[in-house]
Amino acid sequence: MSAILATTTVVTGGPAPAHRHTGSGLWTAVRTNRKAMVGLIMFLIFLAMAAVPQLFTSVKHPNDAAQYASLTHPGSHHWLGTTQLGQDIYAQLIYGTRQSLVIALIAGFFATVLSVLIGVSAAYLGGIGDDALSLLTNVFLVLPTFPLIIVLATYAGKGNLLVVIVVLVVTGWSYGANQLRAQTLSLRNRDFLESARVRGERRSYVIVAELLPTMTSLIVANFLGAALYAVLTAAGLQFLGLGDPSSLSWGTMLYWSQNDGALQSGYPAWAIAPGICVALLGASFALLNYAFDEISNPALRPVRRIRVKRAHS
Amino acid sequence: MRYLLRRLGFFVLTLWAALTLNFFIPRMMPGSPLQALRDRTHNKLSPAALNSLLSQFGFDPHQNIAVQYVDYLKNMATGHWGISIGGSLGVPVTKLIRQALPWTLGLVGVTTVLAFLLGTVIGIVAGWKRGGLLDGVVPPVFVVTSALPYFWVALLMILLFASGTNALLPNDGNYTNGITPGFTGHFIFDVLKHAILPGATILITAIGGWILTMRNNMITTLSEDYVRMGRAKGLSNRRIMYGYAARNAFLPNLSGFAMSLGFVISGAILVEYVFNYPGLGYMLYNATVNTDYPLLQALFMLITVAVLIAVLICDFVTFWLDPRARAKA
Repeated sequence: MSAILATTTVVTGGPAPAHRHTGSGLWTAVRTNRKAMVGLIMFLIFLAMAAVPQLFTSVKHPNDAAQYASLTHPGSHHWLGTTQLGQDIYAQLIYGTRQSLVIALIAGFFATVLSVLIGVSAAYLGGIGDDALSLLTNVFLVLPTFPLIIVLATYAGKGNLLVVIVVLVVTGWSYGANQLRAQTLSLRNRDFLESARVRGERRSYVIVAELLPTMTSLIVANFLGAALYAVLTAAGLQFLGLGDPSSLSWGTMLYWSQNDGALQSGYPAWAIAPGICVALLGASFALLNYAFDEISNPALRPVRRIRVKRAHS
Repeated sequence: MRYLLRRLGFFVLTLWAALTLNFFIPRMMPGSPLQALRDRTHNKLSPAALNSLLSQFGFDPHQNIAVQYVDYLKNMATGHWGISIGGSLGVPVTKLIRQALPWTLGLVGVTTVLAFLLGTVIGIVAGWKRGGLLDGVVPPVFVVTSALPYFWVALLMILLFASGTNALLPNDGNYTNGITPGFTGHFIFDVLKHAILPGATILITAIGGWILTMRNNMITTLSEDYVRMGRAKGLSNRRIMYGYAARNAFLPNLSGFAMSLGFVISGAILVEYVFNYPGLGYMLYNATVNTDYPLLQALFMLITVAVLIAVLICDFVTFWLDPRARAKA
């Protein structure tokens, strides 16, 4: 996750984007960026799978045991075969989307809220407040989070979804806070903020209505990075058996396939398919994240497109 | 000098924060670890032995929590990490860790550094030739590989290279059972063969992030005036590429390395687990399964120390490479 996050460069120079039309400007930027479109379409497919799984499969209760013959190979009847317990793997995959996606979105959202709160207030407060908050951020940045999560999940009782989400938020906010602090620091003394202050606006108004809109793409990129982190980490935890083994998600599917030796006994689809889904959802977040980086820093955009534009103009 | 002292202060502070978390997490969680300890050691340890074990960890219900905390910090610092209450009951934690540490350092340490250096070089070349073949392929491919779950790549590796009757490579453990360890060609070859798949897994998943960061940094640096100045002076491309652009672009990458190290270690835990590689990560997993609190605490501390040392090394290298950092000091 942080590896991907690390690619998000904070743009310190350049004009602040026109924040009156941030919403539509962002949409245009996404539409014209090929990476963003690919990522968005992948994400929407997963969203549909999570919202209305009935559309994609006729199986109603994918987690009920002994519905079909145990351990069949992929075929026309069961597209991806069945598990040891006789569950249809394809149906499990569809229904498992919901939990994985919900974890990613909720954990990503709250981690982003936390990083905006801490990062922006650190830069805005300055002085001792900034020192204390930056120190907190830096400590959380280098604490090895996954071992911490394992330790926490072990003590807190395995399988509690709420615990998993809380832990992902607590360990996932620091990178974004660091970036938002840097960006706020560079924007702090710009004219448009100065003029708002001279107009006599309240500090909260300046932050919410003037400062935050100029950082939309960075905040969105942070959300995507945090969501990517949550997807991968939650899947890893569930794979280790630290999720709820009786719930249905891609991570728990991987856990059961590993537990029953799917690879060793010649049923690779059972282990590979949920992993592909985790990877694809992760890739959709990563592609969108990278695209937002290109949007906020035009220098990174592919050179080819610039040439095409020139040819047209 | 002040810069380095500040970084050292940060090192100590973070370590303290990690140790404190380690101390308070078990005490804040529902379900008493004391009870778990009693259950686990039921009939295996005498009450007296159990008590001495508990007090070694600062779990002394008769004592003030502040005293417990100070004792705990003292024990952690002096290497009194207690004995395992998990799979290998009664074995000192230090001994278990001493067995596992070299394997993790050899596998995870070497592949992580290799991935970082290789990724940086590829990033330099890709960023230098804007719009070239490499630059067209690099971003989309490595955005995707860096989003792959480590353990899934590990499973894929096993499927491709180590399953079936004619497996190309071993996928289990650190060396073949029955071979006597020693500095013989046969043993070393066997160890290397066992390290290929887990090593490749870490390399594939870790390298993407560093390539992308380095490429993006290169592109940003190449538009700086001093690069144009170098060109105007008629310096060779090679000189501009490495001495002017890459040297500056490398600095943020270095701090990125320090930050994403924690993530690589998480991945490495899962990789060790999938390949049954007897390093610290696999041991951490086993400690979790067996609710082996003493081992869990010691491992978490060690991993934190490892990450912090790497961060400190990155700081020193930054100090050495960047005159601005020295000027600030």
